[in-house]
Amino acid sequence: MRVRFWGTRGSIPVALTAADIREKIVLALLKADGRRFEDAEAANAFVRGELGFAVAGTYGGHTPCVEIETGLDDYLVCDFGSGARPFGAHVNARQHGRPAVIHALMSHVHWDHIMGFPFFRPAYVPGNVVRIYGCHDVLEQAFRAQQDPPCFPVPLSVMSAKIEFVHVEPEQTFHIGPVAVTPSLQLHGGDSYGFRIEHAGKTVVYSTDSEHKVEDQRQTSRVAAFFRDADLVIFDAMYSLAETVSVKEDWGHSSNVFAVELAQSARVKKLVLFHHEPVNSDATLDKLLAETRRLEEITNDGHRVMISSAYDGLEIEV
Amino acid sequence: MTHENATMTLQPAVFANALVLSVSGRLDQMTCETFRSALGPHLANALAAGQGIVLDLAQLDYVSSAGLRCFMLAAKEAKARAGKIVVADLQPMVAEIFQISRFDLVLPVHAHVIDALQAISNEAASAYLSRQGA
Repeated sequence: MRVRFWGTRGSIPVALTAADIREKIVLALLKADGRRFEDAEAANAFVRGELGFAVAGTYGGHTPCVEIETGLDDYLVCDFGSGARPFGAHVNARQHGRPAVIHALMSHVHWDHIMGFPFFRPAYVPGNVVRIYGCHDVLEQAFRAQQDPPCFPVPLSVMSAKIEFVHVEPEQTFHIGPVAVTPSLQLHGGDSYGFRIEHAGKTVVYSTDSEHKVEDQRQTSRVAAFFRDADLVIFDAMYSLAETVSVKEDWGHSSNVFAVELAQSARVKKLVLFHHEPVNSDATLDKLLAETRRLEEITNDGHRVMISSAYDGLEIEV
Repeated sequence: MTHENATMTLQPAVFANALVLSVSGRLDQMTCETFRSALGPHLANALAAGQGIVLDLAQLDYVSSAGLRCFMLAAKEAKARAGKIVVADLQPMVAEIFQISRFDLVLPVHAHVIDALQAISNEAASAYLSRQGA
């Protein structure tokens, strides 16, 4: 499987400002220190090799939308955050007018996880099928309400694709073709669900908008079992541990520290920090990634977890 | 009185108006409840007596998120009763965990116990130094 991140930010989309871009250019020029480049390739090599991600790139600002490429014709995606807009453009470009079937697993229906759907262009293409799976009774209601006036002028009934809602049960595996999907209840306002996705001997877990009570051994064991031996876990690491047990307790999110502890105990192979706090800059997210890797380095018991931080455009082969 | 289980001990010592609690072993999900039970009476007595509290972590080998939460609860209780609780003499790995988890923003961290005592009172620091034979 290949996991492609179209939206990685939590709560609300963010965009780089002119000042942010200017700061990156200044840092790049200082780093170049008067160097001359023979051609674009040499300049690219410098940018890729020496600048560091926070200067040469950006973590991006779309809200959650993660595509799981299974090698099958149908598309599989987790959540319709604002990243669904570029994901939709990708689907349309790849289909070249051929009808598409898109399966969407919805963690929950908070706005940042559905806001991309009105701009998901494949939903406007006749012949396409968009099948939306979720455990919430209000799943369809939330999508319809978002499309209806006064929120948006295009009701769901006007969208030309065939749009279906499929209610699935927590902790019960269902299949999308040969792909096995198991939803699991998570701690979040109004509930959220993680998804364990298994296909061709590989396992990806999508677990966002999930708070973990560090003192609750039962819950921790249950989540560790859900993550057990996964090749990749996408994990809500929005806050620091100190915040999750103090000022942001019961806000429904988790931390990089607990991510590492869970990944270690569940013998996860790769961990991706996800649902970034909107106020965090690229430099801050870079620092958090370095710290998280360091934590894994100093606390591992021999089992190593590869750690990345999700950014819009990141692709990970599983 | 010393509280002990397989992997965690708590040893108290009073220096003037400060209570130093030496924590040793590992503080994680397996030991945090024992730690909390052991810490509770010391915390209550020290706060009632107006003593500052120093957690001496020189012998603490590891602290997990569950262990850090115990520190948070202690800090909250101290704050609610206008008391003071600080940590001192962290091993390098524990110091890194404090920093990465941002617990260094929750509890004042001192390099050595004497620094922590000095921040509480001159009397506490003097009592500690005399006890050390300085």
